[in-house]
Amino acid sequence: MTGDINRGGRDMRAIAQGLFTDETPPRLIGGKDRQTGRIVFPCPSTMTHEPVALSREGTLWSYTVQRFRPKSPPYAGPEAFAPWVVAYVELPGEVIVEARLDDVAFEDVMVGMPVLFQPGLLDFSDPASALVPAFVPVRVSAELVA
Amino acid sequence: MSDVCIVGIGIHKFGRTDGLSGLDQGVHAVREAMADAGIDWPQVQFAYGSSDAAGNPDTMVDRLGLTGVQFINVRNGCAAGGSALFSAQMAIKSGEFDLGLAVGFDKHPRGAFNALPAEYNLPDWYGEVGQMVTTQFFAAKIMRYMSLFGISQKSLGLVAEKAFRNAVHAPHAWRRQPVALEEILEAPLVSDPYTKYMFCSPAEGGVALILASEKKARELGKPLIRLKAATMRTRPPHSFEVFAPSVDVVADDTRPRPTASRIASADAFTASGIGPGDIDVAQLQDTEAGAEIMHMAENGFCADGEQEQWLAEGRTEIGGALPVNTDGGCLACGEPIGASGLRQVYENVVQLRGDGGGRQVPGDPRTAYSHVYGAPGVSAVTILER
Repeated sequence: MTGDINRGGRDMRAIAQGLFTDETPPRLIGGKDRQTGRIVFPCPSTMTHEPVALSREGTLWSYTVQRFRPKSPPYAGPEAFAPWVVAYVELPGEVIVEARLDDVAFEDVMVGMPVLFQPGLLDFSDPASALVPAFVPVRVSAELVA
Repeated sequence: MSDVCIVGIGIHKFGRTDGLSGLDQGVHAVREAMADAGIDWPQVQFAYGSSDAAGNPDTMVDRLGLTGVQFINVRNGCAAGGSALFSAQMAIKSGEFDLGLAVGFDKHPRGAFNALPAEYNLPDWYGEVGQMVTTQFFAAKIMRYMSLFGISQKSLGLVAEKAFRNAVHAPHAWRRQPVALEEILEAPLVSDPYTKYMFCSPAEGGVALILASEKKARELGKPLIRLKAATMRTRPPHSFEVFAPSVDVVADDTRPRPTASRIASADAFTASGIGPGDIDVAQLQDTEAGAEIMHMAENGFCADGEQEQWLAEGRTEIGGALPVNTDGGCLACGEPIGASGLRQVYENVVQLRGDGGGRQVPGDPRTAYSHVYGAPGVSAVTILER
């Protein structure tokens, strides 16, 4: 389902400006502190931080499963709720980012597993919904590419 | 500098009290604390009040008396109550005042806390994608800790089981029915690895503490419960906190991250000249079961990973070597943010006075420790001595 997102041809959009690079496939944009060199995500003001494209590959640093629908506002996802994996992904030498982990059975999620950046739909049932920061297990991603 | 003593305590039952505002519950606690101290409102020289969602605390002067008293409102995430107490003791330590009030109350809607990104200087999308949820952080923090230090889900269950069992004997607690370990472990997951019994709920309640200089405490003829240390700290570099879209990469990530709690705790032990091994009873922030486990180590009571054995041996039970959360903590009392940190100190005073009834720590405890943690990385610690 998420495999064709990066192939273009549909009118899809990031949930906010400045999150993803324009490449295909895209990367997350972090911010490198112009004074200290510390990398954070998302990129704060470009006055203080230099935007940097982050690594696509990382490992799962920690995670949980969001089992109830968050309150709206601020949550803008669909009314019909399905649980998802909240992941913290370590991008080696750069930063650990919080994002969704898609295309994985909850019982297969393990700290340390390799993952790949791949934006996901805010609403899985609506191909036109906004794209949000997400990763997928490396194995699944490889199958989709093949 | 004068030692600061706690000479009066008051509480409004935690939980849900329809028909009473958060402020009403705070006023109830203040009146009870004043009666306990044997003083009247005009004697109160200053107040610090904390409330997160129930309005400005200083508006309670309308109810207590328009004496012109100095009254400062405190908001500091879940550490608001601890911050109010910290500020109040500074006012006495400075020599400026010798009798004052720290009060906290709150009244939250049912369900999870509903924070908005802008309140934490985060972009709107962070909330839109469903990441503005405190429980995600707490679950992710324990998930990593469990993988690093071999803590089992059963230990999470043991903490929750103890909380509800202790609360049976705490009149101010909310959930006072024991829950069997099996039921806790087999309940629906809220945010893995936590089941619904392993998270506290937003709640209502009020707590008030009357603080006095030692000289004033002696005049009032109260037993001297000394506040030997009160510290409040914000987060150090590389910490992992609530509402963190990113976390620093560190060279050696096999140990727990530095936290505001670690430095607030270390500073409190240094300031008081009391060590972790000298503490007779502790109230540790337990907004979820794993927090109590991680905070045992962050506050210096055990090494990372030892908690598994401590819990198996019952060392944090009321009759154990270090009783923890003797009134059931946040798990059983719920969390009215403004009041929660002050409840811990209230409970410690009860224990040091020997007034704990069915939950009284045996052996005539003389030292008591409290610790509160809040977003986005604030922590407050107190050490009391009788």
